[in-house]
Amino acid sequence: MGRRRSFGDVSYGLLIGGLALLAVTIIVAPVVIVLMTSFTEGQALKFPPKGFSLGWYEQLFDPVKSRQIHKTAGNSLWIAAFSTLFGVVLATLAALGLGRSRSRLARVADSLFMSPLVLPGITFGLAALVYFSLLGFRPSIELMIAGHLIVTMPFILRTTTASLSQLDPALLDSSQSLGASWLYTLRRVTLPLIAPGIAAGAFLAFMASIDNVPVSLFLSNARTDTLPIRMWGMMESTLDVRVAAVSGVLIAAAFVLMLIMEWTVGLTRRMRD
Amino acid sequence: MKEGGKLSLFREWQLAVPLALAFAALFLAPLLLLVGVSFYNDEKITQPGFASWLKFYGDPFNYKVIGDTLLLGAKTVCTTVLIGYPLALVYLDLSARLQKVLLFVIVMPLLLSVVVRTFAWIVVLGREGVVNSVLMGLGVISEPLKLLQTELGLVISLTQIEMPLMLLPLISVMSRLDPNLRDASAALGASRWRTLFTVIVPLSMPGLIAGCLLVFASSTTAFISQTVIGGVRLIYLPLVIWQQSLVVYHWPLAAVASLSLVVSVLSVVAALSWAGRRSGGYVNG
Repeated sequence: MGRRRSFGDVSYGLLIGGLALLAVTIIVAPVVIVLMTSFTEGQALKFPPKGFSLGWYEQLFDPVKSRQIHKTAGNSLWIAAFSTLFGVVLATLAALGLGRSRSRLARVADSLFMSPLVLPGITFGLAALVYFSLLGFRPSIELMIAGHLIVTMPFILRTTTASLSQLDPALLDSSQSLGASWLYTLRRVTLPLIAPGIAAGAFLAFMASIDNVPVSLFLSNARTDTLPIRMWGMMESTLDVRVAAVSGVLIAAAFVLMLIMEWTVGLTRRMRD
Repeated sequence: MKEGGKLSLFREWQLAVPLALAFAALFLAPLLLLVGVSFYNDEKITQPGFASWLKFYGDPFNYKVIGDTLLLGAKTVCTTVLIGYPLALVYLDLSARLQKVLLFVIVMPLLLSVVVRTFAWIVVLGREGVVNSVLMGLGVISEPLKLLQTELGLVISLTQIEMPLMLLPLISVMSRLDPNLRDASAALGASRWRTLFTVIVPLSMPGLIAGCLLVFASSTTAFISQTVIGGVRLIYLPLVIWQQSLVVYHWPLAAVASLSLVVSVLSVVAALSWAGRRSGGYVNG
């Protein structure tokens, strides 16, 4: 632009740019610092970390010393896998049923199904604990799967409904007018087109289940503990440096998974829109 | 609706029935039961009555806890807007390639466990943490600052932990703004500040409010971050719920506390989204 840069424009650039830089630093720095700290030689969480060693990772992968951590990680993966699996089936069916309906009831049902996202997780966790206990159930992996299903399913429903709404209705109409049955249209037209949406939602649901604290806090016992609950315990009592190593593994896993999802289904684009 | 294939009784909406049943059994029933349990007086849940509500609201300490919890949410919203909004503005000016990279950086922490993000802040804010060792190395301070177990440290940590929830709706709304509007404002002689406050901010209001809602709801209920970084002396409502239910085992009182959390958080959320719809109407009409 030909206009001379006024004081106001310079102050705008400096202030907005400075605050944005601060935001990026605050987002990225802690993650980098944890990664660096996890390679320390020392026994304590000091910064800058002393020396470089893989000692804490060796301890973490030692099947005897870290048996508890491995068991809780197994529980987490198992619960996340099954709650996502059930979530995909139920949410995809519901999205197909309600997605193109304009009725009032369908909209009410849709907001009901999305409501676990706004309800404080700790309230649902407590409610589930009271409910299952009064029904006489004891803490088990199955109850954890049921609890996680409710709080992670909305992610799948959201992305699946979004990709259904972008589906050209002419495709379905032409498939039907060419004589294809409803089921055949579903299998050969609808599902292949909405599959990336389902996959993105399933990924988010899986990660949300792995990460979930409020529901696991109330529904787990010593036998069914998940990794985040175990890490919370390790952070509350003695500050075990293995937490840094677990964090390092989780950071690497999240990074790799996210790259994969970005290349295959365009994850960030779906989250932005 | 078109005829649903060969089975004449089949209707598309019936596909939602399995999920509806699961929700009735695993979501609605527990929540209704929780409301019911709050109207019992004793830990064994045998005498119905209002004693738990009276006990909770008869204690002035609990009002302070509710106030502190809502205030924590408000402070976190302020800090995330203060640094998140400028970042969203910068995002708009980046090339498509850099936008992709920045979006990746923003979304990545969201997929990282909250426990990991909380732990990261222990490393940063601890006695021998990054902030203290840098400041002491520079000679700014001689004694380590106490940042953990303070509200300041908690707000800083929550700012990072909740930031993606602010940025995603904000960026989503802002990138749909017509770039010509900004150019027009500049061409008509408005300074960049004036363009920001009279054009961009009003038009991005729906995204800003959506971000505020998410950050507020999430930070007021962030149990792990509140207890690990806030410690035991900073008491917020989620800690009270946890203590009453899993330490004291007084479920009716825990139910009262958690219903209070839902009502107080959701009423702020509802008020904000009402304001959001109004501002949306103002912008569009």
